[in-house]
Amino acid sequence: MLFKIFAVLTVAGAVAAMSFRNLVHAVLALIVSFAGLAAVYLLLGAQFIGLAQILVYVGAVAILIVFAILLTRDSGITSQSTTSSSWRGSIVVVLGVFGVLAWSVGHSAVYQQATSLPQGTSMQEIGNVLMQRFALPLEVIGVLLTVALIGAVTIAIYEKKETR
Amino acid sequence: MGESADQFFVNLLHRLVSHVPAGLGGVVSALASVVAILAVFASLFAITTVLERKGLGRIQNRYGPNRVGPFGLLQPLADGIKSLTKEDVVPHAADMAVHFLAPLLLVIAAFSLYAVLPVGRNMVLANLDAGVLFFFAVSSVMEIAIFMAGWSSRNKYSLLGAMRAIAQMISYEVPLILASVTVVMAAGSLSTVSIVEKQAGYSGILPHWFVFTPWGFAGFVLFMIAAVAESNRSPFDLPEGESEIVAGYYTEYSGFKFALFFLGEYIGLFAISGLGITLFLGGWAAPLSFLTWIPSYVWFFAKLLALIAFFIWVRGTLPRLRMDQLMNFAWKFMLPMALLNLVTTGVWRFLEHGALRWFVCSLLVVIPYVLLSRSLKRGWRLEKRVYRFAE
Amino acid sequence: MMLGEGLAKGFVETARNFFGSYLSKDRLTTVQFPEERLPQIEATRDFPFLVYDGDDWQAGMRCVGCQICEKECPPKCIYIEKSKDKKPDAVGKQQFYPAVFNIDISVCMSCQICVEVCPFEAIKMDTEFELSTDDRFGGLLWNKARLSKSNEHYRRIHPTDAAASDALLAEEKAKAEAKAKPAAEAMAGSVSSGAVQAGSGASSTR
Repeated sequence: MLFKIFAVLTVAGAVAAMSFRNLVHAVLALIVSFAGLAAVYLLLGAQFIGLAQILVYVGAVAILIVFAILLTRDSGITSQSTTSSSWRGSIVVVLGVFGVLAWSVGHSAVYQQATSLPQGTSMQEIGNVLMQRFALPLEVIGVLLTVALIGAVTIAIYEKKETR
Repeated sequence: MGESADQFFVNLLHRLVSHVPAGLGGVVSALASVVAILAVFASLFAITTVLERKGLGRIQNRYGPNRVGPFGLLQPLADGIKSLTKEDVVPHAADMAVHFLAPLLLVIAAFSLYAVLPVGRNMVLANLDAGVLFFFAVSSVMEIAIFMAGWSSRNKYSLLGAMRAIAQMISYEVPLILASVTVVMAAGSLSTVSIVEKQAGYSGILPHWFVFTPWGFAGFVLFMIAAVAESNRSPFDLPEGESEIVAGYYTEYSGFKFALFFLGEYIGLFAISGLGITLFLGGWAAPLSFLTWIPSYVWFFAKLLALIAFFIWVRGTLPRLRMDQLMNFAWKFMLPMALLNLVTTGVWRFLEHGALRWFVCSLLVVIPYVLLSRSLKRGWRLEKRVYRFAE
Repeated sequence: MMLGEGLAKGFVETARNFFGSYLSKDRLTTVQFPEERLPQIEATRDFPFLVYDGDDWQAGMRCVGCQICEKECPPKCIYIEKSKDKKPDAVGKQQFYPAVFNIDISVCMSCQICVEVCPFEAIKMDTEFELSTDDRFGGLLWNKARLSKSNEHYRRIHPTDAAASDALLAEEKAKAEAKAKPAAEAMAGSVSSGAVQAGSGASSTR
């Protein structure tokens, strides 16, 4: 029951994010859909992922989008028409992709055998797994993020030097 | 006697729940705890407003408010009546829905932070496994609320104030979280209840609080500075500085919505101080081993009041920081210190108990502090001003 | 030397202020206004008042309606109408008096120029400042009766200035009498001695 409510909230937020003309309203609707997704994670017992979803998506990604909007556009924030001219072809493609995904998920082993919700993983287990089994991917992602950070700073410094 | 006074509210809650049919017990217990949190912290907010004004007044050689009740203590009542009866002015060009929702979101996020703070022994609303993570996740929602407030007012000052506030809050979140991570490393868990329990022992009469270790002390100082910055309080109150930018992101709010912003800010301040107490100051534990007969919630609120007094003291002493000074401080000083603090905590955990680890960790904290502060001071030369268009 | 030293000094200073404000009076210099007031210094000036000698404010008023203060007042807040008849002033000489003397104290800027230019020591600055009124159509427009205050009042509020003013007036009176005595004696020389006796007796009791 709760899942239905949060699922509707997530989808409604996503649809609103697509269809609002005012960009900042669209971002706020996107935040609502992020929050709905986090609630779904929490319902599944995945505390870490749910809270990290809020911390990262709402607290960082949404703010990044907001800064990007505000620093690059002037006061006329409304965009043009929200429907594109080729919407018939797009609907066909979307329905096709959704059909393929739904079929593959529905026929997968996990879906057909799932009877009850698995026990939520505790933080200790996540920590252990991250540090032992998935230590290499963790380090690689860390290096990737560091590279991105250094790249952003380099670009910004170049611009600063150019305007001097 | 000590045991029953300590668990007084817990037993009260159990008795209340026992009068309710079985299925609704959990809901009633949660509702009662929520009502208790709202009542207690909202009245703490009321008392803090008047104590802050009186404290600042005494620091500034004047009386604070002293007309309304005995010693002015009923002043919050007068303030509340005033803010409820003022006209709610919404600018014509403002975005009505977002303008209305911003203070609500702020207050909801601020009050949700209390769910993971253990106010006394067995007195926490939700013993989440990832309590500290929950705290930081919800406090990042407060930044969205501030942006909404600033943007929806369609006012240059509000927008500028909101941008500054968000930049400041996300910059200071990094040292805040890193300082908390050191505690999580030392305690081995993200749950606030188990962090408090790790600090509950006594060696002789001295407690095992994390603040009494070298890395804990450095972490506590970093945490407190970042907490003052997170709640936009002096000396970090450039986003809402009255002489700078009218009132920043809540310029266009009047009446009760303004009161809600005020409330949300102070509640956020109490929550972050509460987290600081939980992480570093031992939560509800008594400071000396022979004082444990005083109930645990009394100690929590005593520590909270001490921290609030410290914040008021800081507000009365330090001038406001400029935006670039603020950012420099966060990224050039606090972030390196927080990272070094992480290393120090690791070293602390891996050396055995004894004088060696105190010595090594103290050196690891003090030497970088002195070196970094000296090199930063040297680096702040005054440059000759260069004009882009005038030459 | 180290980062944080200046901060520590600042914290100590405010803590000293906070605790000192409970212990000593010079750390807490606030006065609870409507119940107590700070003492005013002697040279305080707020709004003008007209000085009168003796008990009757109309007979003893020093102002002769010369209108110098009206002309010198920078915001032109004084309005004077001279009388048609004369009345004897403090030294007995027949002088005009102001039939209407209004000062609009909402305009007056307390510059004291009217006091400086008055040749008769008739207008001085008062020290009263709690003058709010809710009569917005005339409450701050003061007439002759409201503005007149006695010389005792002047001596009370500005002792040194009142002493100087009294000395000046006494000196002028002595000069006037010194001039009047030879003139009276010259007149006595030309008239019979009986009239001179009565005249000099009358002038000496003045």
